[in-house]
Amino acid sequence: MTWLHWAIVSPFLLAILIPFFYRYLRNVHTGWFVLVLPTVLFVFFLTYLPITSDGNTVEESVPWVPSLGIYFNAYVDGLSLLFALLISGIGALVVLYSIFYLSKKTEALNNFYVYLLMFMGAMLGVVLSDNLIVLYVFWELTSLASSLLISYWFHRDKSTYGAQKSMLITVFGGFSMLGGFSMLYVITGTFSIQGIIEQADAVLQSPLFLPTMLLVLLGAFTKSAQFPFHIWLPDAMEAPTPVSAYLHSATMVKAGIYLVARLTPVFGGTPEWFWLLSGFGIVTLMWGSISAVRQKDLKSILAFSTVSQLGLIMCLLGLGSAALYFGPGNEAQLYSAATLAAVFHLINHATFKGSLFMTAGIVDHETGTRDIRKLGGLMTLMPITFTISLVGTAAMAGLPPFNGFLSKEMFFTGTLQAYDLTIFNMENVGLIFPVFAWIASIFTFLYCLILFFRTFTGKFEPKNYDKHVHEAPMGMLISPIVLGSLVIIFGLFPNVLAYTLIEPAMVSILPNALATGESFVVDIYHWHGFNTEIFMTVGVIAFGSYLFVNMDKWNNSRFYLGERDPFNKSYDGMLANLISGSQAVTRIQMTGLLRDYFAYMLVFMILLLLYSMFRFDAFAINLTDATPIAGYIWVLTVIFIAATLMIPFINHRITAVIAIGIIGFLLALFFVIFRAPDLALTQLLVETVMVILLLLAFYHLPELRKETFKPVFKFTNFIISAGIGITVTLIALSAQDLRFNNGFEAISEYFIENSYDLAGGKNMVNIILVDFRALDTILEVLVLAIAALGVVAMIKMKFKGGEDV
Amino acid sequence: MEILMSVTVGVLFMVGVYMILTKSILRVVMGLMLMSHGAHLLLLVMSGLKEGGPPLLGEDLTYYSDPLPQALILTAIVISFGVTSFILVLAYRTYKVHKTDDLDKLRGTADE
Repeated sequence: MTWLHWAIVSPFLLAILIPFFYRYLRNVHTGWFVLVLPTVLFVFFLTYLPITSDGNTVEESVPWVPSLGIYFNAYVDGLSLLFALLISGIGALVVLYSIFYLSKKTEALNNFYVYLLMFMGAMLGVVLSDNLIVLYVFWELTSLASSLLISYWFHRDKSTYGAQKSMLITVFGGFSMLGGFSMLYVITGTFSIQGIIEQADAVLQSPLFLPTMLLVLLGAFTKSAQFPFHIWLPDAMEAPTPVSAYLHSATMVKAGIYLVARLTPVFGGTPEWFWLLSGFGIVTLMWGSISAVRQKDLKSILAFSTVSQLGLIMCLLGLGSAALYFGPGNEAQLYSAATLAAVFHLINHATFKGSLFMTAGIVDHETGTRDIRKLGGLMTLMPITFTISLVGTAAMAGLPPFNGFLSKEMFFTGTLQAYDLTIFNMENVGLIFPVFAWIASIFTFLYCLILFFRTFTGKFEPKNYDKHVHEAPMGMLISPIVLGSLVIIFGLFPNVLAYTLIEPAMVSILPNALATGESFVVDIYHWHGFNTEIFMTVGVIAFGSYLFVNMDKWNNSRFYLGERDPFNKSYDGMLANLISGSQAVTRIQMTGLLRDYFAYMLVFMILLLLYSMFRFDAFAINLTDATPIAGYIWVLTVIFIAATLMIPFINHRITAVIAIGIIGFLLALFFVIFRAPDLALTQLLVETVMVILLLLAFYHLPELRKETFKPVFKFTNFIISAGIGITVTLIALSAQDLRFNNGFEAISEYFIENSYDLAGGKNMVNIILVDFRALDTILEVLVLAIAALGVVAMIKMKFKGGEDV
Repeated sequence: MEILMSVTVGVLFMVGVYMILTKSILRVVMGLMLMSHGAHLLLLVMSGLKEGGPPLLGEDLTYYSDPLPQALILTAIVISFGVTSFILVLAYRTYKVHKTDDLDKLRGTADE
């Protein structure tokens, strides 16, 4: 275990201690103890910055299940360090915010911080693991922790609904991802991601390439809320706001982005990867931004906005993967601009979305509502929150001089370059990228305007609020202020990140796009001259403002009034159908009638046995070695068969008992004919006792004495029983044939020759029972003893109080 | 003779299964008894029914019938006797408690 491993495990260890802090140090808010850890971790990860910016990587290995190739490998390169810094940095800010957001008197803080630390550790594990199985384990832990956090207020129905939905969707994706990982292992023989990247060619040429890629992408898309799996994210907004800010904007939803970026060197450069990522990304971008406009709740707007921005990043990663198609050279450098935009926007989105969630939480906390139809005029009452929101929404809308403007320009550049691509059939359909991006940006601008102006401007109406509205306490404001400042800093000085974070991350995503000694040159600046991108931005601002100003004209339309995503209906329908469908199947199958279960088993037996006999052509009747039949045996057999066939038609119970006895005695007679004296003796005795038992048991039941059977001939039952009879006969005949033809002697010669010499007895059957195979006899005696005890217990024991069943 | 006996075994199984598929507990028990008869006879038939002496050494014969299946059947008879009598008493007990021998009426409710 190195320091790096301890860093990943430390949140889990602290989570174990949290309940003790909560229990024994009630005067201090538990969050203060938690705050130390992410801060320390952030500083710890900063020490890796010099290493990764020089293009080096760190790999530390600890064996976990070495026999299966599972090692707890911690791997730090530009990409994982970027995520680790996001997780620990925003983690620290969120913990600080939550200290002021959650009251120590009314909330179960121990649960909250245990779940949050579990999530943080799991997330660090996801981004720092090099082993796919370890990554999967941490991946599922994030799903679990996320569901626990969404249902933090578990007495609310909506919280549990949201938690269940996110759990079902993300675990579904996670499970398919595990399938994809297993296929990668089958292809390459290693679980190590770096090892797989080295064998990327083998993966590309494998026949399993497409299913592997689809399964892995299913995991990434469900986690990162891509269309149409985005539906869990808006419902996850029932979580406390610090959770929404941390999990559902900055970290967990980017786990899918991370996975896609991490595996781009494996799958990238192929048309399938390019189209799936950029296609689903651009659709998610459109759908998310349009849906966000319809929302009336601040957090729902932000949730759909997150969906749409994640789609944007995913689309850029897809477009950037085209660089791998070309290999090292100028073209790769050109198309890698999209990847640069993706990484840059990833950082930007974490900063401004985190601060926006926190301000939405402040508004909710201080006014008691998040409904934009009730809010308004908070500008003068909450000046600091107002300022942070202004910065955040402006960055999200893509206005200069904030960082969102830069990433939006770079996004437009990326899509315009994609339009120029002449590979992957782009020359025909490439136009959709800039057009869709432009339309989505208009809607993005529109919901930013709604979010901002509906909350802070307009008339303040005190009757809309339950509380006395005032500015939030300073402690709650620190985190959004820090994030807001970062928005401005990254906006004004974008190149501070370029050499330290973005370039190493790009090398991790596109290693093959560089020739030896070459490096990505990242130079982000505001003014590019009068190019297409700037006119697109002007168009976005113009159209967005036009739509917002004329909102009265369209805000009564069905589009605006319907809030819920139409996909929720199909999800709920699917779930309901699954339940009712399985209930229907169970109702049909499980009738509760013994007869039906017998019938299932018997029909299955008939089909299986007859099929395998047909399959192996096992029908054989061998007459060569058959014993001749004496005349009296014919008579006896006919009587026996006739008596047996009579049984079902006997009406009276006692008569049936006697008929059963007759069959038993006839069987004893058969034993006599077939030279089995001991069997005949036993059969006679047993049959006598059985008949007496039957008579005793049923004759002495007074209330049933007069009853008679009502045998009803049932055709289905007859078919089944005839089938069994025929099957048994056929098997008996073909086994006879086998016995004559298999060429093996019976072992009985040994018993015949040795029973007197070795055991000193002349009755061979008895010698076998008590000498050669006496163990059978001991256990058979035991069976009788148990049966006898059971009978005694059933007759003697009376259970009290109506429980006698 | 093996063919005739195989058919007899088949008839025993057929009637046994038909009885098992009826509603009355007593008839189910009877069906079980018939099926165990069938199984015992099948064991004996499978070992071959050649004319030979009973497996007693004092008879001083050249050919004996196979003693091993007879020992197996003896064990099986005793075990099936134990099990059948247990089931019989169980059925008797069920009568006493539920006042019915109709298996359809003895089915549980959906909640169980």
